[in-house]
Amino acid sequence: MSDEQKILIVGAGPAGTRAAELLSGRGLRPIVVDEAPASGGQIYRRQPPGFLRAARLRYCFEAAKAEALHACFDGLTERIDYRPDTSVWSIEDNVAFTLGPGGVERIPFEALILCTGAVDRVIPIPGWTLPGVFTMGGAQIALKAQGCAVGRRVAFLGSGPLLYLVAYQYARAGASVAAVLDTARLGDALPVLPGLFAGGSLLAKGLWYQNWLRLKGVRLRRGVLPVAIAGEERVSGLRYRSGNGRERRIECDAVAFGWGVKSECQLAELAGCEMRFDGAARQWLPVSDDDGRAGVAGVYLAGDGAGVMGADAAEYRGELAALALLSERGAAVDDRRRRYLKARLGRLTRFRIAIDRALPYPDGLAAAQPDDTIVCRCEGVTAGDIRHGQSLEPAEINRAKAYTRLGMGRCQGRMCGLAAAEILAHHNGVGLAEIGRLRGQAPVKPLHIGIAGQAARDDPDRAASI
Amino acid sequence: MSTESERGQFQRLSETGRPQITIHVDGEPVTALAGDTVMTALLLAGARLREFEFGGGGRRDARAGFCLMGACQDCWVNVEGGGSLRACTSYVSEGLRLTTGGGEAR
Repeated sequence: MSDEQKILIVGAGPAGTRAAELLSGRGLRPIVVDEAPASGGQIYRRQPPGFLRAARLRYCFEAAKAEALHACFDGLTERIDYRPDTSVWSIEDNVAFTLGPGGVERIPFEALILCTGAVDRVIPIPGWTLPGVFTMGGAQIALKAQGCAVGRRVAFLGSGPLLYLVAYQYARAGASVAAVLDTARLGDALPVLPGLFAGGSLLAKGLWYQNWLRLKGVRLRRGVLPVAIAGEERVSGLRYRSGNGRERRIECDAVAFGWGVKSECQLAELAGCEMRFDGAARQWLPVSDDDGRAGVAGVYLAGDGAGVMGADAAEYRGELAALALLSERGAAVDDRRRRYLKARLGRLTRFRIAIDRALPYPDGLAAAQPDDTIVCRCEGVTAGDIRHGQSLEPAEINRAKAYTRLGMGRCQGRMCGLAAAEILAHHNGVGLAEIGRLRGQAPVKPLHIGIAGQAARDDPDRAASI
Repeated sequence: MSTESERGQFQRLSETGRPQITIHVDGEPVTALAGDTVMTALLLAGARLREFEFGGGGRRDARAGFCLMGACQDCWVNVEGGGSLRACTSYVSEGLRLTTGGGEAR
């Protein structure tokens, strides 16, 4: 295949795996770039070689799905150009720039399927930069991929599908669970029960985890508001307000927290996708149609990076995007299969909407944090800096970035951007959409300056953009 | 510092049968297991990975990673003699020598 015909898939999670499966099955040889050493994405992340635990222990009810997806990908490696341990750090004019074991490479492509996944959605609260505080997903990875707990006595805080699951996995593996503190109230779930049933067994699993924890005597609390993570050199406790408004403290040496996940869409933005504010997701998302076509010639989006819908949906969306790509190339595609996948997605969409209402994001919590709370953990920018930065008229997040260094650190605003926008919007009495978004900038992952230099020498025309 | 100290942030719950690997952290030997990430090895032995470079040098300026999936970039540690690595996505190897002290990760 010449450069001009290359198909590039970014990400080897559920969406990237299914896209690669379909395309390679049709005689195409996509390049699959993935940051991890093995396929599976974060949800079905594998343990390193030499680890022995059965899939059942690591993926619970999803073990069969995880193993099927891994087996699918492992069966493809002869038919794809697979590049593990490799990050895409920029995309420009149908060229992707990667950093992998062999250094920097530029990959010209004709078609691109972005399956960039999601990261935890966190709300900065006092103490969240202390050693011992981790994202919910991070706490799960420590256990799933390393056989470790992130502490000896771990408190779980937030809301979303991972909250009870990870607490259950920890307790099951022998860790001490200090408490599970859910910011959602039971009442939030009642009006949307019919929608929750659209998720079928997903609802039952969530209730099962809760019940198991309750029977083990783990402290489960709903309707809480976090106040602060306590500790000097490391975590020593978590202060929160219970449903009746009373302040409580639990002793713990680690906190795992998060409110669901948010899409990773910097690469879509760099690829030229139109970005639109999504009120339900509370973030700016790249626009794509039902098939994953992004509206930029040759660019397709699939999986949670194109709006969070979960791992099952990601498999469907990966296949749909590959089908769309094939049909764009004039290949025959199975329309029945396409309709089937869309029907399954429709059901999962109803479930997703219900989940968002049953486990709501705590509106106003980010905006209520005191002035001295660090928001941007890379640069140490506080909530007060964001509120009282100079010349923020009109209030817009890239102006705040320019004046405060918010989102200018190594993570490029990935961790703090959404919360910072909420703080800025609330303080200025404007809607979240009006605050804008931290624009995606290359490199989307840190790059040593010497390596950037190598890329510039290899491709002097593009040096200016690095 | 030794493997799985009482002061360690992480607690190893399983997968203990892997071969041992010795790395050096701030000059001290740390015993890890093959397949441990650098973060796992460091946080089993202690409770910090690095110092926040824009803090005042106070006790609250230690950092110990956050996302474990290569997204937050809060776990870069320095390699002795120059260079740095992201602790949550790098694996231990025999002879690895790291420093967790102050200063910008390079």
